[in-house]
Amino acid sequence: MLRLDSVSRHFGDQHVLDGISLTVPDGQLLSVVGPSGCGKSTLLRTIAGLLPGEEGTVTLDGTPVTGVPDRLAVVFQEYGRSLLPWLTVRDNVALPLRRQGLGRAARRAGAEAILERVGLHGVARRRPGELSGGMQQRVALARALVCRPALMLMDEPFGSLDAGTREDLEDLLLEVHRSDGTTIVFVTHDIDESVYVGDRVVVLSPGPGSRVVRDLPVGLPAERDQITTRSLPDFVALRTEVGRAVRGT
Amino acid sequence: MKAGHGEPVIKAGRGAAPGASRAAAVPFLLRWSVLTAAVVCWELAARARGSVYFPPPLRIARHARDLWFSGPAGHLFLTSAGAGTILPSLGRMAAGFALAGVAGIALGIAVGRSRRAYALCNPVLQFARAVPPPALVPVFVVVFDFGTPMQVASIAFSAVWPVLVNSAEGARATDPLRLQVAAVLRLTAPERLWFLILPSALPRIFAGLRLSLSLSLILMVFSELLPGSDNGIGFTLTDAQTRSDLLTVWSALLLLGALGYLLNTGLLAVERRLVGPRTSAGRTA
Repeated sequence: MLRLDSVSRHFGDQHVLDGISLTVPDGQLLSVVGPSGCGKSTLLRTIAGLLPGEEGTVTLDGTPVTGVPDRLAVVFQEYGRSLLPWLTVRDNVALPLRRQGLGRAARRAGAEAILERVGLHGVARRRPGELSGGMQQRVALARALVCRPALMLMDEPFGSLDAGTREDLEDLLLEVHRSDGTTIVFVTHDIDESVYVGDRVVVLSPGPGSRVVRDLPVGLPAERDQITTRSLPDFVALRTEVGRAVRGT
Repeated sequence: MKAGHGEPVIKAGRGAAPGASRAAAVPFLLRWSVLTAAVVCWELAARARGSVYFPPPLRIARHARDLWFSGPAGHLFLTSAGAGTILPSLGRMAAGFALAGVAGIALGIAVGRSRRAYALCNPVLQFARAVPPPALVPVFVVVFDFGTPMQVASIAFSAVWPVLVNSAEGARATDPLRLQVAAVLRLTAPERLWFLILPSALPRIFAGLRLSLSLSLILMVFSELLPGSDNGIGFTLTDAQTRSDLLTVWSALLLLGALGYLLNTGLLAVERRLVGPRTSAGRTA
């Protein structure tokens, strides 16, 4: 279980987060949505232990987060920068397995298995730069999943992909979440996306000094489909409510 | 350097294109035609003039071959004079350049990765780099006396600065997002160095190494011009000059030009092999 207790952050005299309190139960996919510049990424980096210090506490399964916790994975929006272009796709994905004390062959086998899982076939020896954006983000997702994370943080992961690719990856994420039951914090500025992938949507107010302004459960069926789900009255009602909250009306 | 960390897809496309089109725009024969024309003009002018001070290039080349490169195949065609002149020079240069390279990369990365070290060392580095390298040779003569240690030290101490400064800049420009990725993947410090910092800095490191290589060649010759040296290309140059053997002087110059060209080409090939895959996606596909 992930718990945030009145987490606040300042950069210089800029007030970014103002007393954020949240509890994310195990296995939940929590969407965090808010206008751009509201400190969503700062929140994510705070949970990841990349910005230690300051006010409030973050605890993961009862342990305070002071550095990057074990079994944590992060998927960034900028796949081109987050993957290492000088390593092959397979070596990129195998990198987190070094902490598990596996041999080279086992690391490579693990990487290849997870690449198949995210729908990438025959690209293990290619380099990230040779792949399309959608494929690169699949590689980044594979690298996040390879060490079976207990908590996965995603920072607008599909924000720079085209619509079709984005929908495919949303469905892949839902499929992975259903089968692995990983706790996921999914940051986005896309209102539809936050409702479509989430079990629950948290809306942050615009900065400076973002707070949680709405915390909504998503009552949609677990089986989701890009066409049917998005035309359900519940979906439309929810996206309207989230949209209003984001715009502050 | 910032642009080097852009999205590889875009970088790959653009990175491959200009090189390819430049090569295609100037075909092989045309690229060498200017050099050929210059040599032909030189040959004709020198023959017409007939001055002993300016022998025609073909005579220079023939003289260089007879002097240094007419040996047995087993000795790489080097004559004993060739081996006695070229190998000591190359050996000292290799030693100096290797010392400069290893020390420059190691210190540069260390300085570049620590903001405090960078702030403290940067003025010193800029100063050291600004001193014309040959001006330091007299200092090394005092410290080491004449001979190979002085020559190697002069080369190393002059060639170290460009690699050091460039490695520091390269390491400093490591993408902060990638450093966060390394933190999330909980890479150890050596892993972070090997998988992230060193590869990101590599283009800058090679930019520094290329400068250092040409400085090494300059310092190699310069340190051999001084009294106290008894072999090497620089020594041959002064020795031939005191004997008014202009043909040998010109041959030594030709040899230095060729060596510089070959060494630089070799370094570029190594660079392309190590840095290549990230910029020219098509090459490894």
